[in-house]
Amino acid sequence: MTARTASLWQFRQPSVIPGFGLALGVTLSWLILIILIPLSGLAWRSSALGWPTFWALATDQRTVNALRISFGTAFAAALVNVVFGVILAWVLVRYRFPGKRVIDAMVDLPFALPTAVAGIALTTLYAPNGWIGSLLAPLGIKIAFTPIGIVFALIFVGLPFVVRTVQPIMEEIDKEVEEAAATLGANRFQTIRRVLLPGLAPAVLTGFALAFARGVGEYGSVIFIAGNLPYISEIAPLLIVIRLEEFNYPAATAIAAVMLVISFAMLLIINTIQAWSRRRYGYGA
Amino acid sequence: MEVRVQNIRKEFSRFPALNDVSLDIRSGELIALLGPSGSGKTTLLRLIAGLESPTEGTVYFGNEDASRKTVQQRNIGFVFQHYALFRHMTVLDNVSFGLTIRPAGRRPSKADIRKRALELLDLVQLSGLEKRYPAQLSGGQRQRVALARAMAVEPNVLLLDEPFGALDAQVRKELRRWLREIHDRTGHTTVFVTHDQDEALELADRVVVMSKGKIEQIGTPDEIYDTPNSPFVFGFIGQSNILPVRVENGQLWLDDRSIGVSATGEADGPAQLYFRPHDIELLDGCGGCIAGIVTVTRRVAGTRHVELDIGATHSKVEIELPPEKVTSDHSRIAFRPTRWKLFRN
Repeated sequence: MTARTASLWQFRQPSVIPGFGLALGVTLSWLILIILIPLSGLAWRSSALGWPTFWALATDQRTVNALRISFGTAFAAALVNVVFGVILAWVLVRYRFPGKRVIDAMVDLPFALPTAVAGIALTTLYAPNGWIGSLLAPLGIKIAFTPIGIVFALIFVGLPFVVRTVQPIMEEIDKEVEEAAATLGANRFQTIRRVLLPGLAPAVLTGFALAFARGVGEYGSVIFIAGNLPYISEIAPLLIVIRLEEFNYPAATAIAAVMLVISFAMLLIINTIQAWSRRRYGYGA
Repeated sequence: MEVRVQNIRKEFSRFPALNDVSLDIRSGELIALLGPSGSGKTTLLRLIAGLESPTEGTVYFGNEDASRKTVQQRNIGFVFQHYALFRHMTVLDNVSFGLTIRPAGRRPSKADIRKRALELLDLVQLSGLEKRYPAQLSGGQRQRVALARAMAVEPNVLLLDEPFGALDAQVRKELRRWLREIHDRTGHTTVFVTHDQDEALELADRVVVMSKGKIEQIGTPDEIYDTPNSPFVFGFIGQSNILPVRVENGQLWLDDRSIGVSATGEADGPAQLYFRPHDIELLDGCGGCIAGIVTVTRRVAGTRHVELDIGATHSKVEIELPPEKVTSDHSRIAFRPTRWKLFRN
């Protein structure tokens, strides 16, 4: 009986590759140092607040609005990125054209560019007196200094996540699968909608999750274009910084803790959907 | 439906893959395109399907010129070597696909589509697996799903590209017999590509032997094996021996010795003698024979293969003997081909 219980706890898989203990040890200590200690510090700090205080801080109207703006704009930007990221990846994988390598390299620029630079550049373009902003202003459309501006900045920083996750999967698509659809009578549109896109769904979902997560945490580019009007275009990360500058550590901790919980829950849901679809379709099997 | 290929030429960036190929396929026939890799057999199949378009020439389905139609309009069934199943769809959805994408006017009702798909799965002996995903099936099962999917659209012609190429030997043999049964039951005009001569000879009504973008010979398996019409076909199908001989006054000579085979009506001069290892008779004395020294003997299943070193040129010849005939190395064997063919360069 004891042996049976012991084997249940034995999560070590027999393997020809040595060093399981060492690898797991290094991984765990690394995780603890880099991720777990800072995060548990956050949890500990917020639990020290006591539930009534914490609740009051977390449901403060300005905090709620900031969280809503952060998650809402990140979600919208990730959705836009999914559509255009998939199209961009498709063009890069399927067509040959002059300058393809340059465009391919440009996709990664948002990774490397200081986000503040992107924010300032976008603000210059979309401000009411900027190149594009001045064209839109007469139509009554305002982009910079509104939540729409935030979405624009987040689209910029999130795009490479979608492209780079979808691209390799797209390259793997077997040409025969498309030909099979064609021989069965499917036109181009039906082939893309019924055969190719569903096959890409897990990768698209990963790209979405990454772009979304990046958008929620983004700070540098957003604060320039957002205008940062409390209740209207103020993002949660900025509110945390503001509270810190006021030496209001409990409020900063509370906002951070709420962000952490929501982000973790959303990413967990997305990862679960992904694992399920992977198992079902046998990707990576 | 009968399929006619007329004077097809296909070039891939100036490199000719098919050169003036014509082929008539009768309705309900099971035809094998057989040849080594690079012989153009897959290109020909894809041209019939409409997955490639010919540089010159025409493909007719019945009396209709199919060359002007797209692959979608031709209504063919195509089975790929690596199955090409839609992996995010269940087996049932895979088989139904061709029917569900039809425009509303020609599309059967949902219930009819389902019924038809289940019937086909029954035909390919996969009943009960309709809810599985392709990843959960074995290779042989996947290929049967692919065949059911191709047959669902009631194709004019069924085209199979090395359908058993990715499967292991045991499954291959089983599926071969099974494909023949399905064909006999459904009567679809069927063309399949293979580089495996056993597969072609065992399965097909007629075999088309191809080499270097040309058709070498078209015939029943018997005709192809017994009366090959070119050195290529003789060498490609089955085992064969080649000896350089001379024709003189209607007699065949090897070096300075007559081999006791008369070739009446053949013009004098050098020629190549082709014969199969089992088409020989052993002789005791040698008044007109081919004689050689045994170099290697091998027991292969029900026969004994004996390699001989022949004459002054040391040509290598392999013959098949009954297993009870034991020969020692360096012994001398005399024989004469009973069935042979002469080709001249």
